[in-house]
Amino acid sequence: MANIFGTPLKRREDPRLITGKGKFTDDIQLPGMLYAAMLRSPHAHANIKSINTVNAEQADGVVAIYTGKDLQGKMEPIPTAWLPPDSNIQTPDHPALAMDKVRYVGDAVAMVIAESRYAARDALDLIDVEYETLPVNVDQEKAMADNATLLHDGVENNLAYHWKAGSVAEEVFDQSEVVIKQRFRQQRLIPNPMEMRASVADYNSASGDMTIWCTSQNPHIHRFILSGVLGIPESKLQIISVDVGGGFGCKIAVYPGEALVGFAARELNRPIKWAEDRSEHFLSTTHGRDVILDVELAGKRDGTFEALRIKNIANMGAYLSTAGPGVETILFGLITPGPYRIKHAQVETYGVFTNTTPTDAYRGAGRPEATYLIERMVDLYANEIGMDPLEIRRRNLIGKDEFPYDNALGLQYDSGDYERSLDKALEMLDYEKFRSEQEEARNQGKYIGVGFSTYVEICGLGPSKVAGAVGFQGGLWESATIRVHPTGKVSVFTGTSPHGQGEETTFAQIVSQKFGIPQEDIEVIHSDTDRIPMGWGTYGSRTTPVGGAAIAIAADRVLNKAKKIAAHMLEAAEEDIDFVDGSFQVKGVPDSAASFADVTLQAYVAWDLPDGIEPALEEQAFYDPDNFVYPFGAHACIVEIDAETGEIEIKRYIAVDDPGPVINPMVAEGQVHGGIVQGVGQALWEGAVYNEQGQLLSGTFMDYTMPKARFFPNFEAAFTETPSPVNQLGVKGIGETGTIAATPAVVNAVIDALEPFGVKELDMPLTPEKIWSVLQNGRKTE
Amino acid sequence: MIANTFAYERAVSVDEALRLLKESGGDATVLAGGHSILPLMKIRLTTLEKLIDISRIPELKGIQQKGDRLEIGALTTHAEISKDPTVKETIPALAEAAASIGDIQVRNRGTVGGNIAHADPASDLPALAVAFDANIDIQSTEGTETFTAEDFFLGPLITAIPENSILKTVSFAIPPKEAKSTYVKYAHPATGYAVVGVAAAIGQMEDGMITYARVGITGVGDIAFRAEEVERTLIGNKPTEDLVQEAAKKATEGQEMGSDLFASEEYRHHLCQVYTKRALNKLLF
Repeated sequence: MANIFGTPLKRREDPRLITGKGKFTDDIQLPGMLYAAMLRSPHAHANIKSINTVNAEQADGVVAIYTGKDLQGKMEPIPTAWLPPDSNIQTPDHPALAMDKVRYVGDAVAMVIAESRYAARDALDLIDVEYETLPVNVDQEKAMADNATLLHDGVENNLAYHWKAGSVAEEVFDQSEVVIKQRFRQQRLIPNPMEMRASVADYNSASGDMTIWCTSQNPHIHRFILSGVLGIPESKLQIISVDVGGGFGCKIAVYPGEALVGFAARELNRPIKWAEDRSEHFLSTTHGRDVILDVELAGKRDGTFEALRIKNIANMGAYLSTAGPGVETILFGLITPGPYRIKHAQVETYGVFTNTTPTDAYRGAGRPEATYLIERMVDLYANEIGMDPLEIRRRNLIGKDEFPYDNALGLQYDSGDYERSLDKALEMLDYEKFRSEQEEARNQGKYIGVGFSTYVEICGLGPSKVAGAVGFQGGLWESATIRVHPTGKVSVFTGTSPHGQGEETTFAQIVSQKFGIPQEDIEVIHSDTDRIPMGWGTYGSRTTPVGGAAIAIAADRVLNKAKKIAAHMLEAAEEDIDFVDGSFQVKGVPDSAASFADVTLQAYVAWDLPDGIEPALEEQAFYDPDNFVYPFGAHACIVEIDAETGEIEIKRYIAVDDPGPVINPMVAEGQVHGGIVQGVGQALWEGAVYNEQGQLLSGTFMDYTMPKARFFPNFEAAFTETPSPVNQLGVKGIGETGTIAATPAVVNAVIDALEPFGVKELDMPLTPEKIWSVLQNGRKTE
Repeated sequence: MIANTFAYERAVSVDEALRLLKESGGDATVLAGGHSILPLMKIRLTTLEKLIDISRIPELKGIQQKGDRLEIGALTTHAEISKDPTVKETIPALAEAAASIGDIQVRNRGTVGGNIAHADPASDLPALAVAFDANIDIQSTEGTETFTAEDFFLGPLITAIPENSILKTVSFAIPPKEAKSTYVKYAHPATGYAVVGVAAAIGQMEDGMITYARVGITGVGDIAFRAEEVERTLIGNKPTEDLVQEAAKKATEGQEMGSDLFASEEYRHHLCQVYTKRALNKLLF
């Protein structure tokens, strides 16, 4: 059989998803189901003086109304699950419904349960809440000031944590020939998966069993946390998240919504559904980024980097979301030196509470922030010393013979060949030709630019002992169960939770390759805690390098047992059996063979098994990786700027990514394309805007620009395949590369195009008006 | 995103729709394509007692040339206008504008009558209405009243439509045979609405002398306007780059520019001139 690993199979998920046959949380209909609606605070910061629900209770169809005090003693506040060590982290209570105070516009104040979604929504308008407004903090730097109003009692300076890694002596900077200092502002982004969040809870008062369907990227983490919040043993709590319409990180967190439906289902002994609408999503689902970065990069005049020092002031929003504190610390900080040889590095992060929606992971989670700052700094450094941005990269990129490479902040990059991906990108680009075209264009008053991003990311989260050491309140290993049925058909159970990435297809390819059976004979099952033993979900580009690797190990175990049975069937010694093209063969006797299906049937009927071999054919693996994996690559972007209006057009986008061996090039390219679109979205269009009162001005798609297909040229995507030594498949993850690499590539291209105007830094998003302002200032005098 | 409870009735004729409107005593609103009213209801910017659905009234559909005017039934969709041979032949700018509205779904559902009646300041079609002397026929049980675009658009989302009446047709003056027309816009990246939209038509004599000029601009202020100073500057002259530059500079004369999260007053001012120039250049060079 030909290799199926590496084949661009069409995604098996798609017929179901594009013909409306998917089963999403909001599709769940249960007999007697009631509907929840949340009353959300219109104020960013206010004391709640009183809540009057009398009128709402009498409205048609209303069954119950709950406020914060009704939850007391019946459910716990929503916890944070990432507590970076030695950071003096403060974890003030995050009640599912506000108690005496609201802390952001969108903070839930009351929950109405009614016979229909409409009745529940209408009743919200009948609840009377008396607020006493308080001064508002929106900007994290201002919120840290001594005179700022505090959000949480006892949290001085609104400082949620202060984390630090690495250390660079002051002399290193003092004595360096070149020191570049720059402040970057990474604007706040609002993740917008096609499906918004929803949850349905069904409680059996006789058995005490609770089932919660919810839009989760990690149902077992939801079970773990909700079990504690609701006081239900994990053995009686089932979480199901089968079809989830995208997450991009915003469906990692455990939110008040899913806990509240569980609470209400138990109180009322009826199933409860809650589904947010898009307006609610903008306000109450976690946001991403929103950091202020003060960066210094020091080195020699010949372009050799020596030291990096970073201060990150991160806006955490009003409460610490589930993984929020890990994003701008561990996931951001340790990778900031990027793919460059930088001997000394120091990074610290101040996480600050503000009266805004809580922030948490958003595609890339910390690594886009890190990559943006180092890739921008590299260009600024090159500009300062008058060196070509590619030459300075080549001078500092870690060489392929230097792996494993220990970076200055304690990460060990497992493998890499950074110049190879850069070379490939340049081959596609024709750099010399571009530079001469650029020169010519400038002479005619036209401005085109090229930007690069040579990146490395930390993926495949991750070794559990490291997870523990960095304060993640869980493990990061993965489970796989492979159940071969008597007929030779296979069910694969993964602890990861694909929600659009395509692993139902690619995981089947892994198993098909292992067993030599058609991929159609393999089903991939996920995202149901009663069917999957345990798992940690899908995020951090971990699904394939950790979950896929676990499947490969379980498959090997199946083959190992099958081989013993086959040897017995073929009356040969085990070591004389070869497994070729899905068939167990006696070495040198091709006619003496048993197919995979023959062997599995024998395993199940068990009429004649070798001594000591148990019946059935089902194996499990709990795989904990020894290290993270480090995908890398080189992206290049060419932009043209409309010299009259400042509009930016992306003329070409070249992406060379190295995710290790590619299981399915079409799926991998799809991931790259989507990632680029989101990365460019940050560079050019997206951005949450709050006014000083903490009102979200960009709270609808009228004002928050999502990238659209027509904004882009055809992407030119290619791969290099450097296998990681960490897992047996050599795979490294491809889900976040685009988002991580694209943002700085685009900004570098725009700054390059604007070089004649002497501009060095612009805050994202690079709106046409900002560019126009630069153009208005005129070209610098040569 | 859930509207309040409202009553709904479907009218099968204009007469029935007018009767239903009258019976509801001012509490009803007309529903055509629904692309303006339904979002407003869903985000509860407006709460309505009753919708009267006119979307299946056959007499309100269709495009026909009547002498020197192009008459379009209120229910004609943007998609239909954008593909119609008569529109493309007589006022290509209108076809271009209709093709630039929203996305495919919006164009398949949204109607010319709904668009004009909604009077969104960033909407495309009002630029065409002011540029091409649109007559807007409004029918009530009392009869039909015809408004000019100037009398019709009173402010952002405010029109002269009297209570209990229906926008029946919009007709546009067809430019002289020798004239060419176009619509260019700077689309808001979030919505596709016009940050600035310029509808222009130019007629020239054989020697190049400009004899006819129409420029309508939308998106920059509270209501679309006709840039008559631009037109005056062009008429009677032969086109040169300098002339176009000079004319385009007058596009904002006497007009107040709006500002929002995406574009300041100053930037809109600039865009308005640039896009006017681009529209003229497209027609002249």
